[in-house]
Amino acid sequence: MNLDTNLPDLWSLVWQATFETLYIVAITLFLGGLLGLLLGLALYVTRRGGLYASRAANLTLNVLVNFFRPIPFVIFIAAVQPLARVVVGIGIGNRAIIFALTLAAAFGISRIVEQNLVTVRPGVIEAARSVGASRLRIIGTVLVPEALGPLILGYTYAFVAIVDMSAIAGVVGGGGLGNFALQYGYRQFDTVVTWTAVLIIVVLVQLVQLLGNVLARRVLRR
Amino acid sequence: MALVELRDVHKTFPATRGGTAVEAIRGVDLSVEAGEIVGIVGYSGAGKSTLVRLINALESTTSGSVRVDGREITTLREKELRQVRLGIGMIFQQFNLFDSRTVWGNVAYPLQVAGVSKADQARRISDLLHFVGLADKAHSYPDQLSGGQKQRVGIARALATSPSLLLADESTSALDPETTEEVLALLRRVNRELGITIVVITHEMEVVRSLAHRVLVMEAGRVVEEGPTLEVLSAPQQPVTRRFVGTIIDDEPAPEVLDALRARHPGRFVKLAFRGSETRQADVFAELLRREVRFELVYGGIEEVQGDTFGNLTLALDGDAAAVDDAVNALADLVPTQELAR
Repeated sequence: MNLDTNLPDLWSLVWQATFETLYIVAITLFLGGLLGLLLGLALYVTRRGGLYASRAANLTLNVLVNFFRPIPFVIFIAAVQPLARVVVGIGIGNRAIIFALTLAAAFGISRIVEQNLVTVRPGVIEAARSVGASRLRIIGTVLVPEALGPLILGYTYAFVAIVDMSAIAGVVGGGGLGNFALQYGYRQFDTVVTWTAVLIIVVLVQLVQLLGNVLARRVLRR
Repeated sequence: MALVELRDVHKTFPATRGGTAVEAIRGVDLSVEAGEIVGIVGYSGAGKSTLVRLINALESTTSGSVRVDGREITTLREKELRQVRLGIGMIFQQFNLFDSRTVWGNVAYPLQVAGVSKADQARRISDLLHFVGLADKAHSYPDQLSGGQKQRVGIARALATSPSLLLADESTSALDPETTEEVLALLRRVNRELGITIVVITHEMEVVRSLAHRVLVMEAGRVVEEGPTLEVLSAPQQPVTRRFVGTIIDDEPAPEVLDALRARHPGRFVKLAFRGSETRQADVFAELLRREVRFELVYGGIEEVQGDTFGNLTLALDGDAAAVDDAVNALADLVPTQELAR
């Protein structure tokens, strides 16, 4: 194994890449998380027996999500590049990668949200209806709070998946630790640099997982 | 005017994929007067849970009329129905408390929906928690409570907006007998002290016996029998009612029990139906003694229903055949008598 390394000269790039990863992932988690929440809620409430039960709407949403979700992210970036040019004005770089990530994350997160919402006992929704609560109020004050613990864990999982996807940013000129590891580690045969990026990603993931666990435990009180 | 009035109500659930349509309610008439406690009994699938959900419009009717407080609710829109629901409390078999909220937060929920001010909320919640005896549990979460305590929170939550009607859907079916009695006692107080009308759905006759002024028996989406609780329990007419009554009252020996009794006791078996103070047992026994007919009480007992008593006693009569014949005829003049055929 080759342990000659340029790492001492690259520290400023390491920190910049770390910052870029955090920046890309944070914005994606926020925007994609919000979109995914809305999409997941829509999937849930349009189910049979749901608050806004509608077979047509549910089928449409399911087809939409199932269409986009299995596309490998590296292909997804290329596929939505024209759309990125229209929406964020550019098809390459961090903005384009954030756009593609947000979309992909939204579809993935929508399923996580839907899965967690179906664990809410239908009885508590009925109880809220029985006191005259409106459907929108029930979504905001009963459905989401009752599923909050698992939702936090689901979003923690989504964070890791987004970090994973963001590593491919380099293909459209985006930055971050993944791109750094490929460019300065893998392609330079610099194993130390590759593993430095890997370790930073591992530490980031560990920290966020810890935060997610603590928050979820607080919400679930166990 | 009745508080709740159902006229020829039907409810059909449309067929789901691979299934057939389900006629849950097939033409039900129901009147609930203000202040009374009405029990609706039936086996699972008889339609009682659906019926009670038509009253607060959690389910929509397929046809027929539902009036609450004189107002036809089948034609109301969702927004108007929410107002109606504010005036009807509901409690559930599985309590359906919000796990993410404390006891206080659970009781606060209907008040928040109703737009009650924070200060008024606090007063009301405090009163309610004292009423149900859980003032010390205000900051506990549902998973820290016992089943009985959870149902008391459910009752407090249902009463928060001062409804005139409380719907209880199998509200004690998940509780042990002791806790059941505790919750029933609370419901009696809700009725007596707060004057709240209660419709209780149950498959437990004990609940009907100790709580309901009036009882309706449902089978296959229809009301097959109804009347004052004492009447229905002491003289059930329909087979399904007899089966229900039989779960709490030793009305008449079942065939296999009867065979066993005959093997032990000689003579003819007659079942005597005592109702309240109509007939005194002493008169009956004196008559038998006078005719020198030996008798033995082989089955039955005296039952109490909310202060009234009745009993179905099965006697084995033994002695001179002619004397027993005369005695059976004489008893029939004193008390409803039924000979149990061999």
